[in-house]
Amino acid sequence: MQVQVKLFAAARDIVGQGEVSLQLTEGSTVGDLMEHFFTRYPQLKAMAGSLLLAVNREFAERTVKLQEGDEVGVIPPVSGGGHV
Amino acid sequence: MFEVTEKPLSVAEAVSAVSKRTCGALATFTGVVREFSRGKQVSYLEYEAYPEMAIAKMRQIEQEIRDKWEIEQILIHHRIGHLEIGEASVVIAVSAPHRRQALEACAYAIERLKQIVPVWKKEVSSDGSFWIGMGS
Repeated sequence: MQVQVKLFAAARDIVGQGEVSLQLTEGSTVGDLMEHFFTRYPQLKAMAGSLLLAVNREFAERTVKLQEGDEVGVIPPVSGGGHV
Repeated sequence: MFEVTEKPLSVAEAVSAVSKRTCGALATFTGVVREFSRGKQVSYLEYEAYPEMAIAKMRQIEQEIRDKWEIEQILIHHRIGHLEIGEASVVIAVSAPHRRQALEACAYAIERLKQIVPVWKKEVSSDGSFWIGMGS
């Protein structure tokens, strides 16, 4: 099955592109997809603990199973914080 | 009422968009680009969004607010792209029959926006550029 991955901010800088189309085996989870990126991009793995993931624009756990045509968002911590 | 845009934001337009004759209160919040951040002088900011999800999360914030307070209308506009110091990055406007609802809902909206709306800023200063994350 094919899924569309969208990467933003620091995650996009590390991977070098904002949108990637990936072919995955049936039954793959969000976590499996992230492992694909982590093995290729160690810098992304270094920020794994702070990354949020979204499936079809809704925040999703890494155990969620992906379906053909899903859109996965790789979301570093969003902007702002204590000072704003 | 919800927008992610590269165009400059207008507080006046936001206020007029949420105004209603039944409302006794209008509260607004404006986030602006600050010259100093974490001890560094900022040259400018680059904002980036996941626009479709940002709009969906803004709608979620509206729903959360309507579950808690009696408000009339809420508007959230977030700017993306290149922003200079002093420019508005986000404008929130809330109208309500009474001031307490308007003020509390407006404060809630900006706090939730920081938590769940996927927008990022890159601070560009003389010694490089940095993506700014939550809690920084």
